[in-house]
Amino acid sequence: MIELVSESRCIACNLCVSACPVNVFDAVPDSPPVIARQDDCQTCFMCELYCPVDALYVSPEADRIGTADESLLANAGTLGGYRRAVGWTKGSERQRSTDQSFRVLNKY
Amino acid sequence: MGSIDSNFASVADHLGTREHVADVLVIGGGPAGTWAAVRAASLGARVVLADKGFCGTSGAAAPSGNGVWYIPPDPKLREEAMAGREQLGGWLADRDWMARVLDQTWDNIHQLDDWGYPFPKDDDGTPRRGSLQGPEYMRLMRSRVKRAGVRILDHSPALELLVDDSGAVAGATGISRQAGERWLVRAGAVVIATGGCAFLSRALGCNVLTGDGLLMGAEVGAELSSMEFSNAYGIAPAFSSVTKTAFYRYARFLREDGSVIEGASGHSRSKIAKALLQGPVYAVLDQAAPDLHDALRLAQPNFFLPFDRAGIDPFTQRFAVTLRLEGTVRGTGGLRITDKTCATSVPGLYAAGDAATRELICGGFTGGGSHNAAWAMSSGAWAGAGAADYARQLGSNHVARHVHRAGSTAVRDNGGQQLDPSEVASAVQAEVFPYERNYFRHAERLQDSLGRLDALWQAQRHSRGADNTRVIRAREAAAMTATARWMYRSALARTETRGMHKREEHPGLDAKQHHLITVGGLDEIWTSTRPATTPQPDVLTKEAA
Repeated sequence: MIELVSESRCIACNLCVSACPVNVFDAVPDSPPVIARQDDCQTCFMCELYCPVDALYVSPEADRIGTADESLLANAGTLGGYRRAVGWTKGSERQRSTDQSFRVLNKY
Repeated sequence: MGSIDSNFASVADHLGTREHVADVLVIGGGPAGTWAAVRAASLGARVVLADKGFCGTSGAAAPSGNGVWYIPPDPKLREEAMAGREQLGGWLADRDWMARVLDQTWDNIHQLDDWGYPFPKDDDGTPRRGSLQGPEYMRLMRSRVKRAGVRILDHSPALELLVDDSGAVAGATGISRQAGERWLVRAGAVVIATGGCAFLSRALGCNVLTGDGLLMGAEVGAELSSMEFSNAYGIAPAFSSVTKTAFYRYARFLREDGSVIEGASGHSRSKIAKALLQGPVYAVLDQAAPDLHDALRLAQPNFFLPFDRAGIDPFTQRFAVTLRLEGTVRGTGGLRITDKTCATSVPGLYAAGDAATRELICGGFTGGGSHNAAWAMSSGAWAGAGAADYARQLGSNHVARHVHRAGSTAVRDNGGQQLDPSEVASAVQAEVFPYERNYFRHAERLQDSLGRLDALWQAQRHSRGADNTRVIRAREAAAMTATARWMYRSALARTETRGMHKREEHPGLDAKQHHLITVGGLDEIWTSTRPATTPQPDVLTKEAA
C-alpha cells in the first residue's frame, strides 16, 4: 500500500491525485498531496509510474498499513525503480520495448 | 431538452449537477471502454467516457502485463488456437465468435502498432506483438481517446442508468468524486465497459471492479449469462496484490514441512486451494532455468516488484502464497450479448470487455489476459460501432426524450436505516472468498450463502438512500451483493462440473447440461438455459444417452 509522498521531492503537480484509480490522495493547495484514504490503496503501483519526480513509494504489502523510511528507500535506489523498469524515466526509454514475453509466455 | 422524473429528489442531495449530451456514453475506461470510445468517435458520434477512476490506470489491464490472443491469419494456426481451448471451456464457446475475435484482435494490434505502441523485436528484427504492457498500452489508449475528441470524465463513477418511456437506455447519472458534483449524460446509447467483479479482494488492479455495470444493466432489465463461471482465483505471494499466475508454471508448491504438493501448478490451482484449507502453502520458482531469469523480468516487471521490495529471490527462496478471488474478472460471466454489435437484451445498451460474458470465446473457463484482452479490444470496438449506429438511427431528437432514473438501491430513499457499505461488502466477501464455498461448490453451502445474500439484498432494498459521502461505496456493495446472488443461483442451476465451475457432489461433466445459463432479476432472481452452439465430442453425448 502507498506509504510515502516525499515532501523533499514532491513538486505538488498532483498528477498522482488524478492518476490513482482508487482516489487515495487529496490535493492540498501549494503543498504535496496527502494520503487521505490509505486503506483504499489497491497496491497497483500506478501512482509511482505517473510521478515525474519519484516522490512516491508503494509498499508491496497489500493488506498491511505501514510507514516508509525515505532515506533508506532513496539510498537503495527503490524510489523510481519501477518507473525505470518500464522505461518511463529519462535515460531508461529503451526499456519500453524490451518486453520478452514472446520468449517465455506466448509464441507471437 | 426533455425532463427527468423527480421521485429521486427525496434523496438528500445538495450537489449541483453538470449535464452533458452525447450520442454514445461509454462507462468504463479500460481496454474495452477506450476501444469503444475511439471506434464510436471514428464513426462521427459525439462520445463521453466516464471512468470510475482514471482512464489510463483503471482496471485489471493497466497495472499488468497482458498476453493477447493474437494469432496470425493462417487457417491452421487459427484452427489450433480455437480447438486448443474448447475442452477447457466445457464446449460452451462459439466458433464463429472465436474467429471474429481473432480477426478483430489482429486488426486492433496492428492499429496499436501504427499508433506507435513500442512492440519489441526479436533477434531477427521481427516485431513481436503478442503482449501488451498495461501501463504503456493504457497510456496510449488514453491519448487516442482524447485525440478522437472524446470527453473524458475521470473519477466519475456512474451510479444509475437513465431510460426513456419505452424502456430504452438513454444515458446515466453519476458523481464526480473529486469535483464534488453530480453528472448526468443524456445519450443515444450506452456502452457498459465497467469490468467484472472481484469483490474488493485487492487482486492486482481489481478494486475498481465491483460489478457496478452488471447491477446498472440488471436494473434496466438486462440479462446476464454464464455467471456460474465466476470462481477464478489468482495466485499471489501471500503479502502481495500481484495475482499474475503465468509465471507459476516455473514453480513448485510446498507445504510448511517442505513436502511437495503433487499436481499443484498455475494450471491446477484447485490443489493449491485444497492445501490452503489445511495450512500455509509456499512456492519457489526454481523450475525456471537461470538463463530465463532476465527474460522473465523483462516480460513482467510488475511480477518481480513485490519480491524485490520484500527482499525475496523467488527463484531460490520459498515464499507463502495465497489465492485471491478474481471472481468474474478472470471468470467468463457477464451481461448477455445478443448480437454481433455486442448489444444486450435492452435497446440502447451495449456491453464490452469483462462486463460482458466471455462465454462466446471462452465457454466456461478463462485464465484472464490472453482471451480476455482479445475480447476486450474486439468487443469494445464492436460495441462502440453498434452504439454509434443505434444513436445515429435515433437522430438528434434523442435528447428530447423524457427519461427516468433506473437505480434500485442506495440511490433511492426506500425508508429504513442507512446501511454501512463496508459492513455490507464484508458480509458479501464472507460468502464468496472462502474456497470451500466458491471454489468448491456444494448445493447445501450455495443455499446457505444465498439465504444470507438474499437477506442482505432485501436489507439494502429497504434502506434509506446513501448520502453523497457514501453513495459510491453503497452502490459498490449493492453490485457485489447482486453479483454474488447471480453467481450462486447460476451455480445451483448447473448440477455438474464444467469449465471452472466445480460442484463437489457432481464431480463430472453431464453431457445433458451442454447449455448456457441465463440469469437475471434483482429482488427475484431467475435462471433459464440456452443450447450451446459448439458440438460436444460424441463420446460424451453417448455416455449420457
